[in-house]
Amino acid sequence: MIRQFGVDEFIFILGSAKWTLVLTFIALALGSVFGFIIALARVSRFAPLRMLAGAWIGIVQGVPVLMLLFLSYFGLAIAGLDLPPMIAAGISLSLYAGGFLGEIWRGAIQSVPHPQWEASAALALTRTQQYRYVILPQAVRIAVPPTVGFVVQLVKNTAIVSIIGVVELARAGHLINNATFQPFKVFAVVALIYFCICWPISLLARRLERGVHAGRPG
Amino acid sequence: MNFQFQFEPVFAQADVLLDGLLLTLELAGAGIVLGGLLGTLLALLRRLVPGLRLVIGAYVEIVRNTPFLIQLFIVYLGLPQIGIRLTPEQAAVITMTLNLGAYTTEIVRAGLDSVHPSQIEAGLSLALSRWQVLRHVVLAPALARVWPSLSSQFVLMLLSSSIFSFISVQELSGAASNVEQDTFKSFETYIVVTAVYLGLAMGLRLILMGLGAVLFPAGSGLGRLRQAAGNR
Repeated sequence: MIRQFGVDEFIFILGSAKWTLVLTFIALALGSVFGFIIALARVSRFAPLRMLAGAWIGIVQGVPVLMLLFLSYFGLAIAGLDLPPMIAAGISLSLYAGGFLGEIWRGAIQSVPHPQWEASAALALTRTQQYRYVILPQAVRIAVPPTVGFVVQLVKNTAIVSIIGVVELARAGHLINNATFQPFKVFAVVALIYFCICWPISLLARRLERGVHAGRPG
Repeated sequence: MNFQFQFEPVFAQADVLLDGLLLTLELAGAGIVLGGLLGTLLALLRRLVPGLRLVIGAYVEIVRNTPFLIQLFIVYLGLPQIGIRLTPEQAAVITMTLNLGAYTTEIVRAGLDSVHPSQIEAGLSLALSRWQVLRHVVLAPALARVWPSLSSQFVLMLLSSSIFSFISVQELSGAASNVEQDTFKSFETYIVVTAVYLGLAMGLRLILMGLGAVLFPAGSGLGRLRQAAGNR
């Protein structure tokens, strides 16, 4: 029996947006930890660490998210771990977020003017203190707008994990489409929900960007 | 954990993967060229025809704030409902063109914004025709300045082409899922294919760098704009 696309179907799709948001938060939280480590390694004084972090960023930014997903999914399976697809989805999205955030934050740390390092060294701060009290507070200011911008990419890329059966927005749309055979209507609704999540974040990123450039010479 | 990597069965199917690789190159190549042209055209139209500003702006925002996968589903599954039937490959190229077109519009717009109006006045007062001003004074410096951003976007597009396997296009990742089902060597298959994608992305990056060096040669004014943008 073919169902009509009605209120129940809409509510099912809308409810699945929760999992899109959950995946985004997991990837953002874990990805921030990876990204922070990668960014620090990338500006480390120890050359092999810099190269390792650089290679990792190159790999993550040079392969499709879909491949990261399959490698996490099948990698966990052959490691003998029988985990729900949600875990593989979270891991792959975190790796992806870590690679991109690492590069964004490296740029932010490096765009803090060099005299700030020299001045804080002259005040006999240790390397950790330099980061904690001088460099990172300034880097954060620069990093926030592109980080918020990246969250939009992250939300959109969660759609890919639908292929391993995680019922987030894209998968819910697919399921409802299979029951109603009204793909245009169903996916237009799904797109609209993604848009309602992403657009405000995009606007916020743009606004923050204007804020960073305002009141800063050059 | 007791696992032994067995790559031989995967390499035995190298011809399947090679066919997929070629299709990926064809699709991504078509999508990047068409999307790049569409975006450049729209960025110019947005500037030249005030009436189109809102429409083009809406298109850019809608595409940039919805997932590529859902756009693909709307084109491939949704359009037949209103009588437009497409093969998976056609749907793939159209979706890529529309998607990349929006990103390119936004990137090129930033480049156009960086051309000061006085430059256009200077060009016109040197008796250049409007077309010459558009080409040499506005478009060339704008593209030189955003070439590095455009290149990154093109590489992302190449990588995004992997999701065409969702609508059963037999490009590289589609071929990978065939090989995986034939050999039962899932992990090995995806390791090989991931390495191929990495090579493709690096290759495209090099080609775009080379193209940038040819179009906007070092030492010229355009080359300086390109290099200044790349070093940021």
